[in-house]
Amino acid sequence: MRLNPILSQKIIKTLLWILTGSTIGILFFIIIYIFIKGLPQLSWTFLSTNPVDMGRSGGILATIVSTVYLIGIALFFATPLGLGTAIYLTEYTREGLITKIIRFGTESLAGIPSIILGLFGFAIFVIAFGWGWSLLSGGLTLSAMLLPTIIRTSEESILSVPQEYREVAFSLGVGKWKTITRVVLPAALPGIVTGIVLSIARSVGETAVIIFTAGSSLRFPSSIFESGRTLAVHFYILAREGISMPMAYGTAAILVLLILIINISAYMTMRFLMKRYS
Amino acid sequence: MKEKIIEKILTLLAFSAIGVLLLITVFIFKEGLPVILKAGIKDFLFSAKWAPTKGHFGILAMIISSLAVTFGSIVMGVPLALACAVTLAEFCPPRLLVFLKPTIELLAGIPSVVFGFLGVILLVPIIREYLGGPGLSLLAASIILAIMILPTITSISIDAIQAVPLLYKEGALAMGATHWQAIWLVILPAARSGVVTAIILGMARAIGETMAVIMVAGNALKIPSSLLDPVRTLTSTIALEMGYSAGDHRTALFAAGMILFIFIMALTILANLLMRKK
Repeated sequence: MRLNPILSQKIIKTLLWILTGSTIGILFFIIIYIFIKGLPQLSWTFLSTNPVDMGRSGGILATIVSTVYLIGIALFFATPLGLGTAIYLTEYTREGLITKIIRFGTESLAGIPSIILGLFGFAIFVIAFGWGWSLLSGGLTLSAMLLPTIIRTSEESILSVPQEYREVAFSLGVGKWKTITRVVLPAALPGIVTGIVLSIARSVGETAVIIFTAGSSLRFPSSIFESGRTLAVHFYILAREGISMPMAYGTAAILVLLILIINISAYMTMRFLMKRYS
Repeated sequence: MKEKIIEKILTLLAFSAIGVLLLITVFIFKEGLPVILKAGIKDFLFSAKWAPTKGHFGILAMIISSLAVTFGSIVMGVPLALACAVTLAEFCPPRLLVFLKPTIELLAGIPSVVFGFLGVILLVPIIREYLGGPGLSLLAASIILAIMILPTITSISIDAIQAVPLLYKEGALAMGATHWQAIWLVILPAARSGVVTAIILGMARAIGETMAVIMVAGNALKIPSSLLDPVRTLTSTIALEMGYSAGDHRTALFAAGMILFIFIMALTILANLLMRKK
């Protein structure tokens, strides 16, 4: 006997919606669970004092500062490289063998798992360059992880700048580089910034890359040649070694909160831009 | 003159991603290859005896564990991810789609340590209670990974489904097919290569994931014989032992990383070829 197609469609549609609903349910569950357990731990003291006794008491200030340092260093290197690549791909070349190679490199780099990047950063910066576990080693390794994201988002936003902008500038006798810096990049800037912001969100949650390259020292970092422990690494150590569950929940709540804020604001900007250009 | 120099610089920057990829390859192979040659490729890949301080470098148990965890996550994650993709791309009103798609993508932004942590405190006790065993297991790792790779697979599959020409669907509907028949018999087959690419990229993500797996997989070094056995993957071995390893032990971990790297590159190249075929 064959099921009536209309009826079977109804059944399948219901089933699919249930599955989709439960997926979204999982996400909301994760966020709400972490917030219920973690938000009550948060206070100004928690944010503004350094961890005491391996993080059993005190706050998380040093880990916030290390996180900011690390992301700052990573962006300092990844942004010019990524943006330069994007400008080259969009403005200086046509599709061909070279762009294929560059795109292959970018896509492959995006697929490299963070543990491999961690091994690489350890071998090159920590050992070969002799920088030890330091924010600099960690930041440089992290920049390799962010590079593909920045290339891709910058390329997309430069491509979305209307061709007429360039034609008008050229017809006025403006040089190519000046056209790019004065006309194309300003128009593409919001999209580029969105890409950078999204890569910050990725860095905030990263652990495997950082733990082998920046180490996990809990001291307040005073230079980029010192080891430092990021928020995510701190959370991992607190939770895995069972040092303090309330502190772990508090740190997790900060992590999730940061990621939510960053992602939502980046998404809002993106929607705003899409409306403006279409 | 100035324009020429700028173009040269940008060309140089454009090779940064492929340059980093090459550097990673060189460093991982340089560190890892000697120990493999020393132990013998056969003993390295096909022996399960891992006692690197005593000169035994067999990684078979880890390879099998990594593959088992990846396979488990695909079996659970792919149906759920495709259900989400079909629902969002075909059944979802556009107004809801602009809200639901980023919501699912936000799931990818949740840090892997948070997934691992929630796995330990929520999922592992359930498995221990109702299914037996230590709870920390192949099953727990597969479930957590399934949730983690879901956004990747869903997001790429949605793009693949939306890229199918509307004419196909209209043709099927005009012939009297129901919407679901059109999806199942026409749209999904047409989107096949994109969906397969999505699954391959999901696999690459699962096999490379580290922190979440360390936290829920139990990390016992043996070839798993049941879903409830604890496992230790390639990535978790590297992360767990890197901190205190030295000498041949350390290079053996690089060698394990090298095998992981080869797996990932093979999957990335496969995904690239599939994309290009379209």
